[in-house]
Amino acid sequence: MASNLVSITRRGFGQTMRKDNWWVAPVLTFIGLGAFVVYSTWAAFQGAHYSFGNYLSPFYSPELFGNSPHALFGPPPSWLPTWLPFSPALLILWAPGGFRFTCYYYRGAYYKSMWADPPACAVGEPRHNYRGERKFPLIIQNIHRYFLYLALFFLLFLAYDAWHAMWFAGPDGKEHFGIGLGTLVLTANVICLGLYTTSCHSLRHLIGGVYDVLSNKPIRKKAYGCVSGLNKRHMLFAWISLFVVGFSDVYVRLCSMGIFQDFRFF
Amino acid sequence: MAKATFSIRRGGREMAEMVDYTTDVTEGMVVLDAVHQIQAESAGDLACRWNCKAGKCGSCSAEINGMPKLMCMTRLDTIDITQPVTIEPMRAFPPVKDLITDVSWNYEVKKRIKKFKPRKPDADDGTWRMQQEDIDRVQEFRKCIECFLCQDVCHVLRDHEKHQEFIGPRFLVYTAALEMHPLDTENRTEDLKELFGIGYCNITKCCTKVCPEGITITDNAIIPLKERVVDEHYDPLKKLIKLFRKK
Repeated sequence: MASNLVSITRRGFGQTMRKDNWWVAPVLTFIGLGAFVVYSTWAAFQGAHYSFGNYLSPFYSPELFGNSPHALFGPPPSWLPTWLPFSPALLILWAPGGFRFTCYYYRGAYYKSMWADPPACAVGEPRHNYRGERKFPLIIQNIHRYFLYLALFFLLFLAYDAWHAMWFAGPDGKEHFGIGLGTLVLTANVICLGLYTTSCHSLRHLIGGVYDVLSNKPIRKKAYGCVSGLNKRHMLFAWISLFVVGFSDVYVRLCSMGIFQDFRFF
Repeated sequence: MAKATFSIRRGGREMAEMVDYTTDVTEGMVVLDAVHQIQAESAGDLACRWNCKAGKCGSCSAEINGMPKLMCMTRLDTIDITQPVTIEPMRAFPPVKDLITDVSWNYEVKKRIKKFKPRKPDADDGTWRMQQEDIDRVQEFRKCIECFLCQDVCHVLRDHEKHQEFIGPRFLVYTAALEMHPLDTENRTEDLKELFGIGYCNITKCCTKVCPEGITITDNAIIPLKERVVDEHYDPLKKLIKLFRKK
């Protein structure tokens, strides 16, 4: 029988009695999210190499104003100050970015990995003060459902982009149906983003969770069941869609820069 | 016969010490068995709360190797016994003696939650009718054994000691069971926001991870309640729609 003195007091940052590798998950999350934020910010500010033929990078979709043939309203407005850095992505990327930033899964993930609040379950924290999401600024997280509405709207554009990626300009000047590797990438992108968006906790609530009785609303009940089923894998869809959307931009960018040759199946 | 060392917190409210005990371990043993063996062999005064030994009473909650767990459900073959196994009381509640904590705060919290208030009976004999599919959602919450491991792991209580402002995952689950009940007519969203501090939860999902009953606390109880609070307090569009519907 041996002994050493301890008292139950608040533990300091990173202090714990856990003996497992509790730091691995937050470190991986930090690296994954950090890499995506750095790359997407860099890509958004480039304003170039975001389209290649019928392919359009999802970071730039919908392209409201821009110099590519995908622009919905033509080139950038002439009244824009020249000193202002312009990129079509800057006009729209705040919407999907806001959807991810306020997502219930990502909130839990980055509070832990980037803010150490807490670093992991049953591990000591660096700060004594805690306001949670009760007060400004984090009370703004409650806006999530509005970003959901925007994300659902954006899915329509991404689905159109995937469809548009199946039509290649032929030597006769007409568009012909075809499938390239980029087509598959952009199609996988909209599917993954679709799964992530439709597995959202807010959508689950709005579509049926808000009601205590669903037996008298058969369509809502079915929809609630579907979203609930997807919601169980929300974390998985969050990571897969994050990777695929980033990869889609990389693919289009490399093709546009001539570094990679798009492979045409037919 | 294999031996294992258990480092157990011994002491009262103020000071305590981690004391190492070595005992024989056999196949199929759980941590609670080892604690009982240590009580029998070398520490007759070791205080430990237990009852069913089947993971149903929620009495033997403790922190094993730093993670909140039920001692009776933690098999020794699931942990590394080549190193001393630490056993501590729950940190979110005041220690009483050795592995026992004072969890009475939880019972006081429960009293503050508005009780079940059913609608008028559906039939003349004073009974109600409801569909199984409508009650299925809250059935999960009824599995709670009140072991308070979720309260213990929640950093809002454990590290920030917001016991006065936050009711903790266990009672958010309890509130969800009432709030989502198809017969209940009471509205608890104002209380959730103002008195029960649901905004303190930052969705770390630690409560879900430690629940011995496998209740999906965060996704199925806390987030739906957060969304109901958003409906009533943070969604201007919803408020506008409600206003027009009333007219």
